[in-house]
Amino acid sequence: MWNKEQIAERIALEIKDGYYVNLGIGIPTLVANYIPDTMDVVLQSENGLLGMGPFPFAGEEDADTINAGKQTITMLPGSAVFDSAMSFGMIRAKKVNLTILGAMEVSENGDIANWKIPGKMVKGMGGAMDLVASADNIIVAMQHVNKEGESKLLPQCTLPLTGVNCVKKIVTELGVFDVLPEGGFKVVECAPGVTLEDIRKATKGKLVD
Amino acid sequence: MNKVVSGAEEAIAGITDGMTLMLGGFGLCGLPENCIAALVKSNIKELTCISNNAGVDDFGIGLMLKQRQVKKMIASYVGENAEFERQLLSGELEVELIPQGTLATRCMATGYGMPAIFTPAGIGTEIAIGKEVRNFNGKDYLMEMAFDADFAIVKAWKGDTAGNLIYKSTARNFNPVMAMAGKITIAEVEELVEPGELDPDHIHTPGIYVHRIFKGEDYEKRIEKRTVR
Repeated sequence: MWNKEQIAERIALEIKDGYYVNLGIGIPTLVANYIPDTMDVVLQSENGLLGMGPFPFAGEEDADTINAGKQTITMLPGSAVFDSAMSFGMIRAKKVNLTILGAMEVSENGDIANWKIPGKMVKGMGGAMDLVASADNIIVAMQHVNKEGESKLLPQCTLPLTGVNCVKKIVTELGVFDVLPEGGFKVVECAPGVTLEDIRKATKGKLVD
Repeated sequence: MNKVVSGAEEAIAGITDGMTLMLGGFGLCGLPENCIAALVKSNIKELTCISNNAGVDDFGIGLMLKQRQVKKMIASYVGENAEFERQLLSGELEVELIPQGTLATRCMATGYGMPAIFTPAGIGTEIAIGKEVRNFNGKDYLMEMAFDADFAIVKAWKGDTAGNLIYKSTARNFNPVMAMAGKITIAEVEELVEPGELDPDHIHTPGIYVHRIFKGEDYEKRIEKRTVR
């Protein structure tokens, strides 16, 4: 089984040299720690930055320089800042090669829900709806089951949708799954010590071995 | 063209109950802090506020929410504000959540004089309910309308007395597109200089979009999530 850091490390293997990548909040943010130095990868933050660097050293935080998760960050040489309209312009125009984000539910046809639990939690979609509607290459990083132990890989999402038919790949603590164009979760890889039977038990949506 | 006003109080003159305001900033970054403080001091209420976020409980628009000055909030992400969530779940506050790119681009449309935009964001979700869908080249797009805001209130790093603005780092965010979108646009800046002191090649917002400008007295620039290595 993978922990959060290991999920992030596994996702980093999907990043290719020359990619512009948008990382969501949570596990996706950790992916930045595992991109090899030998690769030329530029991180986009949708609040208006290309070239996001690591967190600053204590004492060097700048209130004017944050990421989309509102954390203080640094800018690497060659960075560019821009306004929010241009930020989503480059996302809509498919200039960003890979989007990695978290989810509360994913369905076997690639629908994603991650912004609202009716009556309980209303945080808003932020940039997630724009990202999933435009990106061709979307990887979801999430736990396989929710706090109640119920599968988050479902035949159909039960929560309000963020986008339809858009998720291509999912990485959870149990393994790596491709969302097939014809529907279903194809097991690409089991995490160490995880069996297909473990995955079957934790997955409500259609699994393809 | 001198657009300088004495301070936040004079800048917000003319804002009255029931108006629609745009407020720049992303989280607590690039917020027009001085104007928000003046609004909090004022008795103005029943406001519709268009802003990416709703501040936190004791800073930003959160302060206006606490005083029940906001009737309706139009935002994309409101996750860091307990009072906001309470007013929303109890039905005291009207809220329209819209995708962040849609929010920015609807502001842009206003500033560019376009009545509407088409975006794929929200297709197949509850956001699309009741909206016109158009298919271009085999893909569905939602028609989203330009905003109609009485005032836009933004914060820039530097400005000149003619209203030309330069933003700093990611404090730029929604400020330039909102600056273009107000019927009246108020800009507060950290540094106010004479015309000629800013390089025309470096201007982000041309002064034609800005009606009132002043140097903010006080910038706390609170950091929402201080994160270090």
